[in-house]
Amino acid sequence: MTLLDPHSVPSADQSLLEAGPGRSLAQDAWRRFRRNRLAMFGLVLVAFLVIVALVGPFVVQDPTKFSKTVFKEPPTNQHLFGVDHRGADVLANVVYGIRLSLFIGIMATVLETVIGILIGAVAGWFGGFFDTVSMRLVDVMLGIPYIILAYAFITVLGRGVLAVILTLALTAWLQTARTVRAGFLQAKELEYVEAAKALGVGQWRIMWRHILPNVFQPVIVLVAVGVGSAILAEAALSFLGVGIQPPEPSLGRMIADSQSHFATAPYLLIFPGLAIIITVLGFLLVGDGLRDALDVKDT
Amino acid sequence: MTSFVLRRLVSLAFTLLGGFTVLFVLFFALPSDPAEVIAGGNGKNPPQSVIDNVTRKYHLDESIPKQYVRRLWETMTLSGESFRTREPLSDTVADRLPNSLRLAIWAMAIEVTVGVGTGVLSARRRNSLVDTASTLGTAIVSAIPVFVLAYLLRQVTGVYAFQHQWPEWARLPVLSEADRGWYLGIIPNLDQLEQIIQPALVLASVSTVVVARLTRTTMLEAAGSDHVRTARAKGLKERQVLSRHTLRNALIPVVTFVGIDFGTLVGFAILTETVFGWPGLGSRVARAAGQSDLPVVLTLSMVVMALYGIANLIVDVSYAKLDPRIRLGGAR
Repeated sequence: MTLLDPHSVPSADQSLLEAGPGRSLAQDAWRRFRRNRLAMFGLVLVAFLVIVALVGPFVVQDPTKFSKTVFKEPPTNQHLFGVDHRGADVLANVVYGIRLSLFIGIMATVLETVIGILIGAVAGWFGGFFDTVSMRLVDVMLGIPYIILAYAFITVLGRGVLAVILTLALTAWLQTARTVRAGFLQAKELEYVEAAKALGVGQWRIMWRHILPNVFQPVIVLVAVGVGSAILAEAALSFLGVGIQPPEPSLGRMIADSQSHFATAPYLLIFPGLAIIITVLGFLLVGDGLRDALDVKDT
Repeated sequence: MTSFVLRRLVSLAFTLLGGFTVLFVLFFALPSDPAEVIAGGNGKNPPQSVIDNVTRKYHLDESIPKQYVRRLWETMTLSGESFRTREPLSDTVADRLPNSLRLAIWAMAIEVTVGVGTGVLSARRRNSLVDTASTLGTAIVSAIPVFVLAYLLRQVTGVYAFQHQWPEWARLPVLSEADRGWYLGIIPNLDQLEQIIQPALVLASVSTVVVARLTRTTMLEAAGSDHVRTARAKGLKERQVLSRHTLRNALIPVVTFVGIDFGTLVGFAILTETVFGWPGLGSRVARAAGQSDLPVVLTLSMVVMALYGIANLIVDVSYAKLDPRIRLGGAR
């Protein structure tokens, strides 16, 4: 036991002792997840952000209301995060920014996961020409510097929330497809699939009902990490000016805008910056925790 | 060995061709007319005659397959020129590639020293404060967007340090172009050091925490292996066990990672270079992508992809040299 990372295998020996009959895999995983303090911290962060995203808009001021008299004011009781150079409340913009970031991150990841599973499953199960072509495409796309690839897609797709979601999904399915394909290649040879075949179960049914649930664990980890990366990528695109366009609030753009007010108004950088960091950190920690709890090998 | 290298080079060529095609297709599916963009710039309305001129000059009226071949040839021979600035791309590459390499090498130096150092420290004092902090720190650093980190650094060293009369060495002015004439091409003088230290730190940040984590894991694995126990039983001092037996074995995966990461540092420094205005390949390619400057995007992306592929190949070959158990290409 002394060799093992205490965070990656939270008291495995104990869970062996306690493991009674009739506990499902998910319950087991949840027990392990709960013992992992960092993962629970991540979960708390994510829960907090979801609450902020859902409740925040009823509490804060209108993010698009510009004061005509107050500009660049440090945090006060009225404006907890200060007022920006346009006269807008920073707190309101951060809350709406988090809301949009979460929405984009989750939507892009759902879409990306669906694309990845479809391509990975078909490539792994049927093999042949489609497998060769799609996996070469994955190699090639992974080789192109990410920002350039995203730039290329967003130039085609235009501007706005939908374009950003599509861009993120179309550039992020690669790892999921690889993982799912590898799972299918392995499962294809296993007895339970042989058995299903012998019983005359149809191909599609075997793929979705028999194999997919068995290769799904690494995908769950990729989903959690994926939301974090999608939010980071969205912030980067908005920072570069090709992501979310005004009047939609975006944390990345707020940071880009703060650049010219460095010397006088550091809070314009710090609050949106912290918001991104906390959001991404939450999802990364949950992803790490899931990886350990589900005992997924390197993804 | 030779056949392995050859096969990998051929495969790299196909990957490059694939990358070229993907980018060509995407950028040519542009809704806006490139000729108009080139002739007019942002928001200007150029007269039709100018647009026609540009269209002819850059062969934009040719069929797509013909243009594909033309751009491919231009890219392979570095003979294209920027749509926007007319600057020949061979000059751009010659100018900017050394800067990209310098930044990557300095970032790698930081990554190795800080990363391995922290990793060894946290493996030796497992569950100590350093250890816990490094686990959480890894996650935090990967969660900070590059541009936030860069701005914070500039805020502290470029603004705060001046306002609060910090010692001279801690005050770093906001950067401009990197000077030419590096000693041996890589060693900076004091001014150049001031310029490179911040982008190198930011670029190295994520890799450094990965190296720290990796070193920690492999150190713990190696520390429990039989030969280390033997070394200890033999009565070697803890220091000797650590340096000669544990560390040497633990570092093989780390070396692999660092090698592959070098390609990433060269090719994926786009955000870092843009934020700091570092005149490397990344900042140029980002600007070109924003302006639909197709030849620049295609050529520089291919240079970056090629470097990345070659770095990987070198890692694989040297890995086989380090570890005799690995035979290249034998299994297939």
